Amino acid sequence: MAKRNTLILMILLALFAFCLWVLLPIEGERFGRQGIHLGLDLKGGLHMVYKADMSQVEKGQETSVIEGVIAVIQNRINPLGVTEPVIERLGADQIVVELPGASITDVEKGRIGRTALLEFGELAQEGETAKWTDALGKWKPATAVIDGQEKELTSSYFKTNTSVTRDSMGGILLVFEWDEEGSKLSEAITTRLVDKPLGIFDGEEPLKGDDGRPIAPIVRSVIVTSGQIEGLSLHEATALSKQLNAGRLPVPLELVYEQNVSPVAGANFVSMSLKAGLIGIILVMLFMIAYYRIPGALASLALIFYGALVMAIFKLIPVTLTLAGIGGFVVSIGMAVDANVLIFERMKEELRGGRTLGAAIEAGFSRAWTAIRDSNLTTFIACIVLIIIGGQIASGAPVRGFGLTLFIGVAVSMFTAIMVTRALLRLFVGTGLANRTSLFTPYVGGKK
Amino acid sequence: MIDIIGKRYWLFLISGIAILLSIVFLVVFGLKPGLEFSSGSSMTISFSQKVDPAALKEELANLGYGNSIVQTTGEGDFLIRTVALTDEARKQLEENLSAKFGPITEKSLETIEPVIAKQTSRTTTIAVIIAAIGILLYMVWAFRRLPKALFFGTSAIIALLHDVLITAGIFSLLGALFGWEINLMFITGILAIIGYSINNTVVVFDRIRENMRKGISSSFEVVTNYSVVEIMSRCLNTSITTLITILALLLFVGGAIQNFVWVLLIGVIVGTFDSICIAPSLLVVFEQGEWGRFLHPARA
Repeated sequence: MAKRNTLILMILLALFAFCLWVLLPIEGERFGRQGIHLGLDLKGGLHMVYKADMSQVEKGQETSVIEGVIAVIQNRINPLGVTEPVIERLGADQIVVELPGASITDVEKGRIGRTALLEFGELAQEGETAKWTDALGKWKPATAVIDGQEKELTSSYFKTNTSVTRDSMGGILLVFEWDEEGSKLSEAITTRLVDKPLGIFDGEEPLKGDDGRPIAPIVRSVIVTSGQIEGLSLHEATALSKQLNAGRLPVPLELVYEQNVSPVAGANFVSMSLKAGLIGIILVMLFMIAYYRIPGALASLALIFYGALVMAIFKLIPVTLTLAGIGGFVVSIGMAVDANVLIFERMKEELRGGRTLGAAIEAGFSRAWTAIRDSNLTTFIACIVLIIIGGQIASGAPVRGFGLTLFIGVAVSMFTAIMVTRALLRLFVGTGLANRTSLFTPYVGGKK
Repeated sequence: MIDIIGKRYWLFLISGIAILLSIVFLVVFGLKPGLEFSSGSSMTISFSQKVDPAALKEELANLGYGNSIVQTTGEGDFLIRTVALTDEARKQLEENLSAKFGPITEKSLETIEPVIAKQTSRTTTIAVIIAAIGILLYMVWAFRRLPKALFFGTSAIIALLHDVLITAGIFSLLGALFGWEINLMFITGILAIIGYSINNTVVVFDRIRENMRKGISSSFEVVTNYSVVEIMSRCLNTSITTLITILALLLFVGGAIQNFVWVLLIGVIVGTFDSICIAPSLLVVFEQGEWGRFLHPARA
């Protein structure tokens, strides 16, 4: 028994050391995770949700269209130099854009949400007005006169979605097909541009490949109804086909949710909530020690273990901490000792009933277990609901954050309050201290 | 041993008054839906020079935003709530304000279009219904071993409604005093409170179940009171440690999650009272078929 307990203690100690190693230094990298992820409300930054108008999109095409719009937005955000932007789909027709720590101008913001339409360009001659300038030179829109009207070649002339395939040699091909008017335009333009590059532009910006260079395929021959682009990497080809597809149909984007927090306000919250957490944990410890004596002190050690383990899990998953999430963590500190309180109260009764410390510990833990399990289940149910709804609502990040941290907190507390405290308490069994039950429980031997 | 359950009619009276007041508060003050459910723009701005809130409100009205709400925050910033603004409209508004009051710094901005507000309301409603069903199923499961699971379940549910009603009632009073609104974090707080309150009630009922089996007394009332007194220090201690952390949050963080922390604070206190005093008392009333006494108080 004692031997087994020593083993458990060694394992727990190793786990604790592991947690500290993961956590410290906070900004250090462990298993590819660096620092604690902070949400936009703490780090500052821009959180936007766009709603795509899918009225012109055929049934069954929604997913590929939304993915295309996301690829286009990605291309628009990359030049802004934001670290770790998040661009993802939310529900059927919404797109979440999170730009942490970024302050962008209103012009840049307007550019992000513009309808995706890709324009094709040809290199401008000396003296001609250029619409775009990039690493490859100055460009003007690629135009041709059709039925007496000058028209620009754009992605709206694609007949169907472009797709990525491989040729017989395994090379990547991006295959596209023009509609009737597009074919006429393409024929006229490519006839002029054989052996010359055709640039692809989104607003003022060229589309860029993996290496950051603009994508500008060289026209090898006259393209009438359909053609293909060679020489792209699989990643580039997939991204480009998504972008071209997004620009095929007009999918206007409407900014439906926007939250902008200055980094200064966020940093303030971080230091305040740290203070709240520390003071909360210290006061809870003092209370536990004052009320439960030695078991209380051991529960406090378990609480330190708890704090380290939860933070290590936050760092490793990683959990993005929002203000509400930290709130959930701080509240879970108070709830974390619940299992210990249940157990210690049981022990108190067993000791009062005249049992030895060893027997009281074992009875306390085994009898309190059903109550601990049953009571924590409700919190888990509530947390799961919060995590699910939080993930479906544009402004739901705080709800999700609170649910997630409280869930992790309560789950970890079941472990630490039971395993850690029991292993520590068992150390006292058989020692001289074990006979002084007053150290292990409040008011034993008083009136009953 | 303290007799708690014996004083159950006094406890019901306290509870009844609290519920009555809560209903009055809810009817009179109501619960104002916040940005997330009603749409609009909310921005925190600070001016480089001192600005009178009344003057700011007047200027907003002049600019056509008469229905705006202006609040001052602790740091001397202004929180302005308007209808949902487009980027252009917001820029225009800020330019107009800075022309009148001097340079502006925009510290935070949140805009929610009506379509998102509607979606949020719908999702939240569905979530609350799902949570309610989940909790009901849980209770059926938790009380499955009890001989009179229906009594235990019904008492727990009434106790739960009691907690939610009083928490919402007090919140609506505070809301009327401080201009608080119902936001998603309020709902989150209520759900957390539901989890916490049931947790407490289940622990108390669990003890009653155990003591019934032990055969401590043939009187259900005695068994219940014995169990409640036994378990009381646990309930109080857990509530105290939880309240400590909630108070720490309230004192040091406040701000954006202030509503939420208040809901937790009120809910934990009400929930603890209910788990010790109301839920077990209801159980005794059910078990001993005392409903008649409400109708004929003379026999009580």
